[in-house]
Amino acid sequence: MLRFVLRRCALVLPSLLGLLVVTFLLIHAVPSDPAVAMAGDAATPEQIAQLRLQYGLDRPIWEQFAVYVGKVARFDFGESAFSHRPVALDIVQRLPATLELTFASLLLSVLIGVPLGVAAGLKHNTWPDHLLRIFSVLGVAIAAFWFAIMLQLLFAMNLGWLPLRGELSATLSKPPVVTGFLLLDSIVTGRWDAFADGLRHLLLPAVTLALGGLATIVRFTRSGVLDTLQNDFVFYERAVGYRWPRLVWIYVLRNSLTATVTQIGLLFGGLIAGGVVVEAIFDWPGIGSYTVQAILTGDRQVMLAVTLLVGAVYAAVNILVDVAHGLLDPRLMERA
Amino acid sequence: MKPILARLSRDLPAMLGLGVVVVVLLLAIFGPWIAPHPEDASASHLLRRLKPPSADFPFGTDNLGRDILSRVILGARGALQIALTVVVVAMLIGVPLGLVAGYRSGWLSETIMRVTDVVLAIPQLVLALALAQLLTPSLESAMLALSLTYWPFFTRIVYAETRRLSASLFVDALRGVGAASPRIVFLHILPNALSPVIVRATIGLGFTILVAAVLGFLGMGATPPAPDWGLAIADSRTYLPRAWWYATFPGLAILITVMGFNLLGDGLRDIVDPRLRRSR
Repeated sequence: MLRFVLRRCALVLPSLLGLLVVTFLLIHAVPSDPAVAMAGDAATPEQIAQLRLQYGLDRPIWEQFAVYVGKVARFDFGESAFSHRPVALDIVQRLPATLELTFASLLLSVLIGVPLGVAAGLKHNTWPDHLLRIFSVLGVAIAAFWFAIMLQLLFAMNLGWLPLRGELSATLSKPPVVTGFLLLDSIVTGRWDAFADGLRHLLLPAVTLALGGLATIVRFTRSGVLDTLQNDFVFYERAVGYRWPRLVWIYVLRNSLTATVTQIGLLFGGLIAGGVVVEAIFDWPGIGSYTVQAILTGDRQVMLAVTLLVGAVYAAVNILVDVAHGLLDPRLMERA
Repeated sequence: MKPILARLSRDLPAMLGLGVVVVVLLLAIFGPWIAPHPEDASASHLLRRLKPPSADFPFGTDNLGRDILSRVILGARGALQIALTVVVVAMLIGVPLGLVAGYRSGWLSETIMRVTDVVLAIPQLVLALALAQLLTPSLESAMLALSLTYWPFFTRIVYAETRRLSASLFVDALRGVGAASPRIVFLHILPNALSPVIVRATIGLGFTILVAAVLGFLGMGATPPAPDWGLAIADSRTYLPRAWWYATFPGLAILITVMGFNLLGDGLRDIVDPRLRRSR
């Protein structure tokens, strides 16, 4: 087990290094001068030249890259040209909000998506199945930013049931920071008012983000169930007299989830990337709104750091997916 | 061509998708003649600002009094232009790379595939946004950024197909009679590898329209007064909740268009690769 995990980790390192090279090159190959961008419109040529010197932008590109890699290895992602704070610090402060949102939407899409997918698989080619198929195409085709605005329009502006934006009402004080996760901190410190308010704020962005993932999970669970039902063991277990619910939820489900687990893994990375726009619309104080701000102000250090972060998350999730596969199907682990 | 259409006609969702795609294509070509107020691409009529949907303006009017129905229709051309450009450029980069990597083996092939994997691992939206911004925000930058992030999908597919085909008997036979490598690759392997590429391109068109809308929404794609769907949704936010129609209809246009391409793509994939049929 441990060897399996370590081996997977070793395989990921070269691709992370590749990611570093490609993002660095892509962002540095474009013909806009970062020093000019940082200095702002009113800067004199001397100020620009000084900035260039200060950030080592006058060095050859390979030297800049070597310096950058050395810094990244020490988790130093430079300073944001916009907030003038270390990027790593900004990210650490904003990461919990993003993770909270990501987990909430993942939870929503799995809790709703897996049962729906099983139902669609069992009711193959009946109207609930057709309905779900249409729904799953819809979920992938919808523009998340538009769906977010529609939800805001209906539930926040017209009905007034849920807050429009932000993470916590301005009238409430933030719970003391223990873990950095707002909801978790509210529970730990017994701030139930903040917990309830935080949940209400979380709902709309989480639903927006969950939609695409929900569609994917329904799709893959459905096809997994359909494939599993063809197996001899299902036929045999039915003949032996296993009851349907037990058979489906324990034996069929376990064998149907391999593809779904892969998708959940891919979704996690996708959710962090997809959260970029959704966070910006809901003013969610996470990595996503930070990224949009960085992109709009041309803040290279932040862009590089975020791209690397998401790449690293993808890689980490891929390892977890492989481990989960191993747990669902132990044969895979022996082979590796 | 005929058997494909005949088989497609038995797949209702795919036919629906085809219908949507045809309508969007027609709107893109003939939009200026179909739209009730074609001059609203750039004109403004401040006297009829933000009117709700009515018989004259079925989708209502926007903050400059322009007919939203007309602008939704006129927006189809821009959306398709972006999507087609991006997918074609991505194919021009991705397909040759996949052919080379698949037919040859050795360091070149290895390098191509590793770079492909790395680019695939970068979150596409973030990379496209960053690139579009750094290249100075404009429609051209947006298209270039999207192409530069989409080509690996084609490389992957063509690589797999080329690998499979170059091990097949007919390619061995061609080598045996002394056909030159470029001839084998372009005249014999490429046509056989094309159908999954077309499927991917169809789905890619829908996907690109979606991502391009995000770029437009963030102000990094089309520039005003272009009748861009994403841009319109961004502009509409100032006038919510009063002018609900302003945000709603351009978004529906995106939704229906992307759904059309996806349904058609799914249907085509079933024909090209029947093994996947049940897994939809």
